[in-house]
Amino acid sequence: MRYFLTEEQQMIIDICRQIVDERIIPARAELDEKGIFPTEILKEVGKSDLFRLFVPEEYGGMGTGIFEVCIATEELSRGDMGVATSYAASGLGFIPILIYGSEEQKKKYLPQLASGEKLAAFGLTESEAGSDVGGIRTTAKLDGDYYILNGTKQWITNGGEADIYTIFAMTDPGKGARGASTFIVERDTPGFNFGKKEDKLGIRSSATRELIFTDCKIPRENIITREGMGFIIAMKTFDQSRPAVGAQAVGVAQAALEEALNYSKIRKQFGAAISSFQAIQHMLADMATNVEAARALIYQTAKVIDSGEKNIGRLSAMSKLFASDMAMKVTIDAVQILGGYGYMKDYPVERMMRDAKITQIYEGTNQIQRNIIALDLIKRGVL
Amino acid sequence: MNPFDTYAIEEGVRLKERFNSGNNGNLDVEVIAVSMGPPQAEEVLKESISLGVDSGLLLSDRAFAGADTWATAATLARAIKKIDDYKLIILGKQTFDGDTGQVGPELAHKLNLPFIGYVSSILEIDYKKVKVKRLMEDRYEIIETRLPAAISVGKDINVPRVPSLRGKLKAKKAEIPVWDKNCLDIKEKEAGLSGSYTKVIKIFTPKVKHEVKIIKGSADEQVNELYKELKELGVI
Ligand SMILES: Cc1cc2nc3c(=O)[nH]c(=O)nc-3n(C[C@H](O)[C@H](O)[C@H](O)COP(=O)(O)OP(=O)(O)OC[C@H]3O[C@@H](n4cnc5c(N)ncnc54)[C@H](O)[C@@H]3O)c2cc1C
Repeated sequence: MRYFLTEEQQMIIDICRQIVDERIIPARAELDEKGIFPTEILKEVGKSDLFRLFVPEEYGGMGTGIFEVCIATEELSRGDMGVATSYAASGLGFIPILIYGSEEQKKKYLPQLASGEKLAAFGLTESEAGSDVGGIRTTAKLDGDYYILNGTKQWITNGGEADIYTIFAMTDPGKGARGASTFIVERDTPGFNFGKKEDKLGIRSSATRELIFTDCKIPRENIITREGMGFIIAMKTFDQSRPAVGAQAVGVAQAALEEALNYSKIRKQFGAAISSFQAIQHMLADMATNVEAARALIYQTAKVIDSGEKNIGRLSAMSKLFASDMAMKVTIDAVQILGGYGYMKDYPVERMMRDAKITQIYEGTNQIQRNIIALDLIKRGVL
Repeated sequence: MNPFDTYAIEEGVRLKERFNSGNNGNLDVEVIAVSMGPPQAEEVLKESISLGVDSGLLLSDRAFAGADTWATAATLARAIKKIDDYKLIILGKQTFDGDTGQVGPELAHKLNLPFIGYVSSILEIDYKKVKVKRLMEDRYEIIETRLPAAISVGKDINVPRVPSLRGKLKAKKAEIPVWDKNCLDIKEKEAGLSGSYTKVIKIFTPKVKHEVKIIKGSADEQVNELYKELKELGVI
């Protein structure tokens, strides 16, 4: 089922499919097994202009909307969610520059991120501050023309691989959430080091690392807008990025559905293809219906964001919540349809099930998404 | 697109990137894809633009139909002469259907150029000469030649890229000029079927006849029998 895509949007899909078929699918089992970061594949993604999508043309981008980012992310996720996460996390890293950066910052950083020559990362989470982002302890102290950063970020996607990091730190620890600010930190800045690389359940080809700042001196002009804007920047960034997490979920669920459907037609038990059993048929029907519903919600959300609507927090949270819960269920059911084979690494569905789980956790757990939706409902009504 | 041409196109685009990055001095390099074929071949040329080629050129005329490798080379040679300012012609090592691998050498002959087939790597290139490596059955050869020259390439030379979005958008808008026999100033008897020395009359899969003889007995008996048979056949 295809939506009413423009020719350019169809081109994006065709390019992603070629990358998935030719580069990702042949490599994905090994990337997952050994936890190898997909450097070469991301270079190809960059050469194909996919990092340019959302960046305005004056900064070397193609000036498309979130919608295009979502369809690209969805297609890449059909191949491997680790690759898609690394792709999307670079976008997450540069959205703060895109929406709040100064002209100089945009000119300096966006072109090399748009070309894919460099990757970005988004550093908010710490060991004691996950859902409660107000609990971050990393500090940034102004000292003449520099800010001095101290603290440790945890579980940062693209950590160690990215060149440009947007880092959230307290400039006024007494003020809680209002005391946070956002900074651009370049990879080779003295005092900026990488800690351990995590060994994960899923999206194993993506890199998740600690970022350690020890008296790390960064130029004063690297602050994004002004002091105290950190949490507003984080929330506005998530409003824009969450539909892409939903798109990852739709992509991985679609891939699992395709595997389950194909398998059900060739696997014979009791003298018949298992696809002839109503129990299997109904699972497939529910899976397909849920994938389609989630995709519709993602596309709708992306279109609303691209229309310039300001109050997008609720819809954005809904799209991520619904699609990720859907993907978890669909990938589990896909394993069920493949039976014991589905449990084995010889088939890709067990990996898809492991990969899908993260979409319920990162960029705000699904409990947090429900909090956002409920608070907005209570504040602004059903609409 | 003929699979081997994808490697030729990729190599052309890589050369351009090599020169543009300043690693080979700052030369202005333009990559032009040329194809002789029916009007539909325009699609292949557009595809090559989406892969980074600067422009496409289609040689199309009813008079070109039915060309063998010689007439194809003759027509291509006319066009390339008309392009005039060229340095390196890169061809796929052979077509997927005909499989002859003849167009490259014939084209080079017509243009009076050196030809190096089956190139697996372009080691060095500047405005005047190119140094390439090629894989033969039992050895590598490194050959240097002056430019202009023609080379043919196979799948060991590179991994062709995926098209870019900007490339695809550019390809969509691109106008592909069509040169016909008048434009090429080529006589009817030089092109197409009438310019061809060979004509494909029939294509068929040869019937393979297997004659199997099973030699029985102990190992020693079998070896003796086999030795006798091979000797009779003049193999040993
Ligand atoms: C693979 C991976 C990649 C990541 N990449 C990044 C990245 O690039 N950048 C970055 O900054 N962070 C990243 N994160 C961090 C991620 O965003 C956090 O893990 C997430 O926000 C949840 O925080 P936590 O894990 O500390 O869970 P906690 O906040 O400790 O939550 C534990 C449980 O309690 C629930 N809970 C917490 N508070 C509430 C509440 N108020 N109401 C109801 N339930 C609640 C949660 O939903 C969860 O079920 C990544 C995490 C992982 C696993």
